[in-house]
Amino acid sequence: MSFQVILSQLASGMLLTISIFVLTLLFSMPLGFFVAFGRMANNKVIRFLTQLYISVMRGTPLMLQLMVVYFFPWYLFHISLGSFWRFPAIILGFTINYAAYFAEIYRSGIEAIPKGQYEAAKLLGYTKAQTFLRIILPQVIKIILPAVTNEVITLVKDTSLAYTLSCIEMFSVAKQIAAAETSMLPFAVAALFYYLFNLLVSLGMNRLEKKMSYY
Amino acid sequence: MNYLEMNHVRKSFGDLEVLKDISLTVQQGEVISIIGPSGSGKSTLLRCATLLETMDEGTLSYLGQAAVTMEQGHSVYAKPAELDAIKQCFGLVFQSFHLFPHYSVLKNLIDAPIHVQKRPKEEATQEAMELLEQMGLADKANAYPHQLSGGQQQRVAIARALARKPEVLFFDEPTSALDPELTGEVLKVIKQLAEANMTMIIVTHEMEFARKVSDRILFMDKGYVVLEGTPETVFQSDNERMREFLGKLQKE
Repeated sequence: MSFQVILSQLASGMLLTISIFVLTLLFSMPLGFFVAFGRMANNKVIRFLTQLYISVMRGTPLMLQLMVVYFFPWYLFHISLGSFWRFPAIILGFTINYAAYFAEIYRSGIEAIPKGQYEAAKLLGYTKAQTFLRIILPQVIKIILPAVTNEVITLVKDTSLAYTLSCIEMFSVAKQIAAAETSMLPFAVAALFYYLFNLLVSLGMNRLEKKMSYY
Repeated sequence: MNYLEMNHVRKSFGDLEVLKDISLTVQQGEVISIIGPSGSGKSTLLRCATLLETMDEGTLSYLGQAAVTMEQGHSVYAKPAELDAIKQCFGLVFQSFHLFPHYSVLKNLIDAPIHVQKRPKEEATQEAMELLEQMGLADKANAYPHQLSGGQQQRVAIARALARKPEVLFFDEPTSALDPELTGEVLKVIKQLAEANMTMIIVTHEMEFARKVSDRILFMDKGYVVLEGTPETVFQSDNERMREFLGKLQKE
């Protein structure tokens, strides 16, 4: 089987891989902020619950979490959602897992901002929302970019875990072809795909970091 | 009308009483210096006056508008909307500047006037440029804070506080983070403001400067105002604690 044929067969899987990647980022990055705020809340109950959530998300395998998300409607409510639920379950599983990691990254950035910035903003009359959006957030983004890059790169490779829920993403296709053809070539193509994908990610993030380095 | 009036202010951090019955009244155009050893409560007094810290007892008002009143032996703060209005009356210059590092010098000056006070951008920009001119920093409008010396940063911070047109300006040890050379350029700017009749309350360790620029000096120790008066009366006082404090300074 030629390189081109393998590539064309992998292409549909790649589309799925990219969808998982994009949707997970789209949902987990904003969700992470809410989790981070919960983690830093004055309310003890909220703080404890978010801490517990982060602890469970980071302390158990993503693969297991995906299975829990996929099967819980059946075990809890005896609802069978069938294969329709598969893709949403994957996105939900990835999102809640990554939101926990992003939350801790955001928190590290928010807590790194000196108290004086808040006080200066308060003296100048900024509202709490203005203070966060105009003064704090831009500085937080600069601080957390390298850590976020790490997480995004990990996500590219983690997408292959979707096979747990029988989602035929790119790596699953590669395994099927490799088994059928008894060839290592599909794996090489898969490796190349992940590598190039991540190369793009890190180039993009480097550009962003450069853009932020004016101060 | 009193530009600032604080009466019987008390403030404790846990068991430690930092301010013990402090009263301070400032008239328009007055320059008040607050001096005293570290831990005497100077900065806490300033932080209470600027609403960064809440007082336990006592009252606070600016230009006759009450920010804090006393009810049943405790301080009661005005409603947030009223406090927001009162906050427009004063500005504060910090010891370590606290400029916004991601904003250019000009943006540091105009951002609050535009987005908080909702003033037109052209007007705010023009006034900011005049302020920078006055501070001798017109050529730094597009620089970022990290590109400036400490003295320049502090002058930008003063300009930023002035850009909101406060009636009263507070300084919390404005030169304590600066070397003697840079201290001079910042003190010069504050002196200019005094000459322009700006109402100012300055916490400082610069005794010579306080003596020259102030109308009145408060000497604080252990949470009390030990001495209050004109620079002459305070610096020539026989008060033992004051003599001890000045003596230590001179030895250094």
